[in-house]
Amino acid sequence: MEKTPQTLPRDSWTFSPGINAEIRRAAATGIYDIRGGGAKRRVPHFDDLLFLGASISRYPLEGYREKCDTSVTLGTRFAKKPIELKIPVTIAGMSFGALSGPAKEALGRGATMAGTSTTTGDGGMTNEERGHSEKLVYQYLPSRYGMNPDDLRRADAIEIVVGQGAKPGGGGMLLGQKITERVANMRNLPVGIDQRSACRHPDWTGPDDLEIKILEIREITGWEKPIYVKIGGARPYYDTALAVKAGADVVVLDGMQGGTAATQDVFIEHVGQPTLACIRPAVKALQDLGMHRKVQLVVSGGIRTGADVAKALALGADAVAIGTAALIALGENDPKWGAEYTALGTTADAYDDWHEGRDPAGITTQDPALMQRLDPVEAARRLRNYLAVLTLECQTIARACGKSHVHNLEPEDLCALTIEAAAMAGVPLAGTSWIPGQGGF
Amino acid sequence: MALAETETEKDMCGIVGLFLKKDELRPQLGDLLTDMLITMTDRGPDSAGIAIYGDEGGTLKMTVQSDTPATSFAGLDAALSAALGAPVTMRVIDTHAVLTLPEGSDAAARSWLAERGIRVMGSGHAMEIFKEVGLPRDVAARFGIRGMGGSHGIGHTRMATESAVTTLGAHPFSTGADQCLVHNGSLSNHNQMRRVLTAKGFAPQTQNDTEVAACYISSRLAEGASLGAALEGTLEDLDGFFTFVVGTRTGFGVVRDPIACKPAVMAETEDYVAFGSEYRAFAKLPGIDTARVWEPEPATVYFWER
Amino acid sequence: MQTIDMAVTPLRDLNATLQTQAGQTNQTAWVIENPRGAHALAVGLDAPIEVTVKGSTGYYCAGMNKQATVHVTGSAGPGVAENMMSGTVVIEGDASQYAGATGHGGLLVIKGNAASRCGISMKGIDIVVHGNVGHMSAFMAQSGNLVVCGDAGDALGDSLYEARLFVRGSVKSLGADCIEKEMRPEHLEILRDLLARAGAEARPEEFRRYGSARQLYNFHVDHAGAY
Repeated sequence: MEKTPQTLPRDSWTFSPGINAEIRRAAATGIYDIRGGGAKRRVPHFDDLLFLGASISRYPLEGYREKCDTSVTLGTRFAKKPIELKIPVTIAGMSFGALSGPAKEALGRGATMAGTSTTTGDGGMTNEERGHSEKLVYQYLPSRYGMNPDDLRRADAIEIVVGQGAKPGGGGMLLGQKITERVANMRNLPVGIDQRSACRHPDWTGPDDLEIKILEIREITGWEKPIYVKIGGARPYYDTALAVKAGADVVVLDGMQGGTAATQDVFIEHVGQPTLACIRPAVKALQDLGMHRKVQLVVSGGIRTGADVAKALALGADAVAIGTAALIALGENDPKWGAEYTALGTTADAYDDWHEGRDPAGITTQDPALMQRLDPVEAARRLRNYLAVLTLECQTIARACGKSHVHNLEPEDLCALTIEAAAMAGVPLAGTSWIPGQGGF
Repeated sequence: MALAETETEKDMCGIVGLFLKKDELRPQLGDLLTDMLITMTDRGPDSAGIAIYGDEGGTLKMTVQSDTPATSFAGLDAALSAALGAPVTMRVIDTHAVLTLPEGSDAAARSWLAERGIRVMGSGHAMEIFKEVGLPRDVAARFGIRGMGGSHGIGHTRMATESAVTTLGAHPFSTGADQCLVHNGSLSNHNQMRRVLTAKGFAPQTQNDTEVAACYISSRLAEGASLGAALEGTLEDLDGFFTFVVGTRTGFGVVRDPIACKPAVMAETEDYVAFGSEYRAFAKLPGIDTARVWEPEPATVYFWER
Repeated sequence: MQTIDMAVTPLRDLNATLQTQAGQTNQTAWVIENPRGAHALAVGLDAPIEVTVKGSTGYYCAGMNKQATVHVTGSAGPGVAENMMSGTVVIEGDASQYAGATGHGGLLVIKGNAASRCGISMKGIDIVVHGNVGHMSAFMAQSGNLVVCGDAGDALGDSLYEARLFVRGSVKSLGADCIEKEMRPEHLEILRDLLARAGAEARPEEFRRYGSARQLYNFHVDHAGAY
């Protein structure tokens, strides 16, 4: 008998297999999904912008012969000892605890070879990190784990963390597996417990208090160190303006693609604005206060290529910071560990359970056997190479736009491929003179 | 600025308040408040304002403001007098002027002034209100606050956070006769509350979250609530971080939100009750060394009536 | 004895002078006059010197102190002795909120009352308050001892880790995961020593001890309401 034709099984877009799997996971465990990394959803990004390049009206520079400077000085406003970097790419704050000792060492070695700075994270400063980083930024976080005046003074700059792009308004969350004895001792916590991080600083709230907190830190460090203020991409115009009013030397602005060691997936994907949307409002705030280039702006969250670097600088940033990309350069999520990622129920490039401490690449772990897999010297060389490529790519674009310094890139060197990116970056849609939202910007 | 950030205005600040229990200190009120205000400059260098409850002349007082006082205030008293059909006097102080009006003419005067682009800062029988952009020291000097006497007063220094630096955005906000309010903190349900208040006929005139709180208090007082009950109501109906200091014709009140992490300190002697965002605001108050000094409890209403 | 008058000496000069005193200094006694509530007074000290502040201070007095003894004859503003490492800080009057926040060591004595969040996130410091403490005191306190000779406000010890809390008077309410615990001989000994060093007229037997129930140490869905 002839079979009646049937419709094909049809997945719901609303209740997709991924969504259904998450519902089942929630129902089984009763806890939100916690993971590492930044937003994975597609949001308008630097890829949606293009450089115009030189033409008959603008003259390009010759590569190799005609200078295109990449140096950047951070902290020129109040600090007696500003930080001078050879390249406009820095390493973002990542904690010892979230990362292994060898990984922190590799970041320090690689950044130092490239002439740039690294940054501590929640959990304090380690000797490995200080020793291998020529320029080290010390993060001042709500938890104050390991905070002490000696480390404050042996830092080259201090970064007061108000927020991060992965979770503006949220605290951290590090599950028990990674609180080993050394991590626990540094943080003054019992071994093996879940770490509950505060979302606000314990001894100040708001910009009026922040101003006094900055005064205290400057007094303790003799007004030598640049004071950075790091904000998540929530209200970049106001937060930048307030950081400046409170006395910041540098504003670090982290968009929603910026990674984290561990937090709720719902936070990572649903709170904060894309990096692309954050830069112009922050630059506008600096310009409105007459502080653009006087208070430096460091942008992070999803920087991957020299083109991304050049685009961030063209929109007004003084430098960028990389976190996730630096880890990948060290060897994180490398397909050579494919079988082990499969055994963890994931794949090499999708692995984001950084908080579980079972990283096959030996980077986001405190497991002694796993962390042996990372050779800090070899990993540092890879990071140095990658930083060199980012810089060369950024220079190549800058020269093509006729700039003798990468800071001379400007929004007018750009056009956008999509209406969304045009509106967010404040540059014209390609082939038009239309900047959506201009006038209401 | 980006559209995502233009919806509301907020700010941070320093607050001071002084409520005299006895009349002996009345002539010094402005002097004491000015010193308190100046010590809070670091907390709010953008603008400053003060509401002072002075002598009552038996008539209605209205404080108005103009960015072009020379032209706006010229002949204003005579013109308004003609419009209202009753005598009006005017005392010009820098960009502000204090008008005395016949009883019951508040609404008519406000609409007449609005047509001429003159802003009303507040009105009542005792309260005069002065606020401008600039350092607290300069603002106080412009208005001669030191020379003003009275029974109680509230002052504010402002650091705009999510707002432009303008005269209208400065505190105190007055949304009812002899009522004023200053605020340190950041409300998180003020947009919703603004819609509720607008529907009840207490529409805030600015986008500032503090004015929403002022309108909320005014609406509760208009409904017959006591000052204490109106302040209690803020704990139920307003969300976020706040410290409010409120003045009425005869009263002075303070309330902090249940989390209470913005600074607040109070001092009380037989002669006065003082409020400051920081203790140093009290440094020059008489008898401060033996005063009872405490930090107001979270979710607790404090108020005094003369 | 050296005197620094803040009516004529800028804050920067005052702190720079005190910070450059070394362990071997002969100038061990300092008096600061006219503090008038200034912020960040005597911060970042690292020498066995004795500093007396005659009057009241603003935010963060004696912040990050090491070794030094700082004595404030008046009241202290928010965050006094924040992140203290060692040494002693004594406040004759009241302390505002965040007293001893995140302190890693040393002894903080408050002879009057302490406001809210006293000992927040403390990490080894000892704090003795002769009077009362406000709400949320010892929030997320990790280690060290908080001794309250008077009463404690709401939510004492919320989200507590391993710090020990001793209260002689009433406790308005306990925070999440904070419970009363048995007072054992070793606790009485700790308390006796702290009370003596803080000059507090109280007997250890009059106190109750509070600590962490450790129910929030590892997530369990039945405790989700406490987060």
